[in-house]
Amino acid sequence: MAAGVATWLPFARAAAVGWLPLAKKSMPKPPVDKKSRNDEILFVNVSGLRFQTWKNTLDRYPDTLLGSSEKEFFYNEDTQEYFFDRDPEMFRHILNFYRTGKLHYPRHECIQAFDEELAFYGIVPEIIGDCCMEEYRDRKKENQERLAEDTEAEMASDIPLPPDSTSRERLWRAFENPHTSTMALVFYYVTGFFIAVSVIANVVETVPCRPPKGSVKDLPCGEKYSLAFFCMDTACVLIFTFEYLMRLFAAPSRCKFMRSVMSVIDVVAIMPYYIGLVMPENEDVSGAFVTLRVFRVFRIFKFSRHSQGLRILGYTLKSCASELGFLLFSLTMAIIIFATVMYYAEKGTKGTNFTSIPASFWYTIVTMTTLGYGDMVPNTIAGKIFGSICSLSGVLVIALPVPVIVSNFSRIYHQNQRADKMRAQQKVRLARIRLAKKGTTNAFLQYKEDGGLQDRDSDSTALCVKNRSSFEHQHHHLLHCLEKTTNHEFTDELTYSEVCMTESVGYRTSRSTSLSSQQGLSSSCCPRRPKRRAIRLANSTVSVSRGSVQELDMLHVQKVAHQRLSVCASSRSSLNARSEDLKLNCDDRDFTAAIISIPTPPANTPDESLPPSPAVPGILRNSRSGSFTHETVKISSL
Amino acid sequence: MPQAVMAGCTQRCQQGLLKFFQCVRRLISGTLSKDKLDDELEMTMVCHRPEGLEQLEAQTNFNKRELQVLYRGFKNECPSGVVNEETFKHIYAQFFPHGDASTYAHYLFNAFDSAHNGSIKFEDFVMGLSILLRGSVREKLQWTFNLYDINRDGYINKEEMTEIVRAIYDMMGKYTYPALRGDVPQQHVEKMDRNKDGVVTLEEFILACQEDENMMRSLQLFENVI
Repeated sequence: MAAGVATWLPFARAAAVGWLPLAKKSMPKPPVDKKSRNDEILFVNVSGLRFQTWKNTLDRYPDTLLGSSEKEFFYNEDTQEYFFDRDPEMFRHILNFYRTGKLHYPRHECIQAFDEELAFYGIVPEIIGDCCMEEYRDRKKENQERLAEDTEAEMASDIPLPPDSTSRERLWRAFENPHTSTMALVFYYVTGFFIAVSVIANVVETVPCRPPKGSVKDLPCGEKYSLAFFCMDTACVLIFTFEYLMRLFAAPSRCKFMRSVMSVIDVVAIMPYYIGLVMPENEDVSGAFVTLRVFRVFRIFKFSRHSQGLRILGYTLKSCASELGFLLFSLTMAIIIFATVMYYAEKGTKGTNFTSIPASFWYTIVTMTTLGYGDMVPNTIAGKIFGSICSLSGVLVIALPVPVIVSNFSRIYHQNQRADKMRAQQKVRLARIRLAKKGTTNAFLQYKEDGGLQDRDSDSTALCVKNRSSFEHQHHHLLHCLEKTTNHEFTDELTYSEVCMTESVGYRTSRSTSLSSQQGLSSSCCPRRPKRRAIRLANSTVSVSRGSVQELDMLHVQKVAHQRLSVCASSRSSLNARSEDLKLNCDDRDFTAAIISIPTPPANTPDESLPPSPAVPGILRNSRSGSFTHETVKISSL
Repeated sequence: MPQAVMAGCTQRCQQGLLKFFQCVRRLISGTLSKDKLDDELEMTMVCHRPEGLEQLEAQTNFNKRELQVLYRGFKNECPSGVVNEETFKHIYAQFFPHGDASTYAHYLFNAFDSAHNGSIKFEDFVMGLSILLRGSVREKLQWTFNLYDINRDGYINKEEMTEIVRAIYDMMGKYTYPALRGDVPQQHVEKMDRNKDGVVTLEEFILACQEDENMMRSLQLFENVI
């Protein structure tokens, strides 16, 4: 457990007073803390480094920790010093602020550590001097952006959906994250395949094929095999339409979906086909129809759902919109200027290509981008001079915004890489966190097992119990209080599932053998709660339906019987000598099923469905026989 | 109302035009518009400083040294001087990793937050602790009554009691022995309700608790927590 949380432990323990009216039993005795509660005394000021300064210096800024009465909380009377358990290197900068009135930001320090120190000493970061302010701001913004992405990536949709989501939510999830389910993945690949097919068909149908018999002219394949291409086109459009309608249905906000870029691309991809169907075979409109067929090539943009690189490119262009816009604007200015100049320079020449200023635009563009087709060339000397100036300036103007765009692209690309890496490491991190959590929970069970809850004045407490820290003692005492309040005990997953199994086993055997107390084995230790619980249970080992219990029964019955026999022998002896033979080796952990004992409940016929009776079978433990008052009944015939 | 719709429409059109002009202007002048993010850098560093040490010593039952220890721990965890509910729930969950402690932590937070402004200052923290650890029996029971009375109306009814009990049982988690069922014990309110009007008042609560010997004995146990 984190050390910082230890300081809150007294508070959590104090708040346990709130449980007392509900507690069924009286609380156990708290652990006696033998260590003296004196603070550790160090003859230093800040973690070992001694600073000295005038009181007036600190009083200059009365709204900070050091300048106000808050520092009295840190005063140590024995050494007559103020002791702060913080970073001494950072404290140097803090103290310099009081001395000179200017706060500087140390460049080699982590921005977050610096911020935390400032927060602790109550200093507002705005007072950072101008010399260091810009660096501070930049690093802080960068850090914030990174944290924002990290939290976004964490909350990203790899979290499994709550089980009570509608089919619409599930459908949307399947569309947005194809790797969540196999069906979604299949659909994803199928649509990708059809996009590719459609684009290739568009391209191939213009390639000239061998002409049919009796004709000399080459025919494009589209006209030769027009039926085949039409069928392919129809199939693709049907799939795209179906996909679009499904997405529209599943979208959480249909208006927002219809305005999004991908949806517009989808519509543009399929509309030409429908318009073509609807339009009549008219001479006038067939020109427009041909234009519409051009739009079919936009289907290639549908690939951006499948390719992350395309999305990054699109996002880069969007984020560099202002640079690109500026580039365009300055180019336009230059084009107009040079076109005008070239036109007037070449005006005199006979048979010149520079017939008007707009006609010169083409020359200017071709020259500025250093293409130089050569279809328009200046003839006069003035024209040639201005033409060379035009090409030189073109190189400069175009080269300028390129680094900005490149750096933007690089930043976004790296962000994406980081997001992917985070998502990949997420699973490992979660697994490790779960392991650490399990360690804490197991610690308490181990503690109980070692007899730590006994009266610790006796000499026989195991060494390993004594050696635990006082923090652990107190924490375990708190958990023990909670157990007493609710009259339930903590167990681990294994025991819980075994209890469930043994209860179902015991239920069956009690039916077959004639047992005196036929009542009371309530058959539902895994209660049939609303759906939420059921799904959680499915992940644990107890995913047992009533039907499949039979096979597990056989294996488990033997295991349980074996354990029962082995524990029976030792338990009888240990019942007599309870306080003497507490084990010194604390690794023994078989406190699983011992004798199944059934308390005497009111008569209740065992039922398959959830009975309301509170009768609960109890499991006898080695060391705590006094807590359950019941009669023990052995189940014999196994 | 078509007028309202029209008004909304014109407003949206105006905003759209404004944005378009801003866009064009940015294109021409070539400036980047990222500067406005700087204004949003949080200036919300709430810093709270507690009253003086002598005042706190007079108001609570702790001595100077204990207050110093408490403050140092508090300040280390929350340099800004206040605890908000999220941090509180997170801290409390670390003590009860088996189950879900967030509901109970929520009620506990409300019990400590005497000013009901969503954050616990050091004074609230220390006053609460002083009552719980060094207060008289009546004060402790009063604090507990406040904890159970979720809506602060002076009465504990069956629903509030059920809520609290459920919150406590939630902390046990799933793997308990004997296994937890869906229902929680209901008999507390009946036990305490003397005049059978369905709610428990403060006096009834205190009387019922004082008659419970187990509880009186257990109350003494938590005094040396600090």
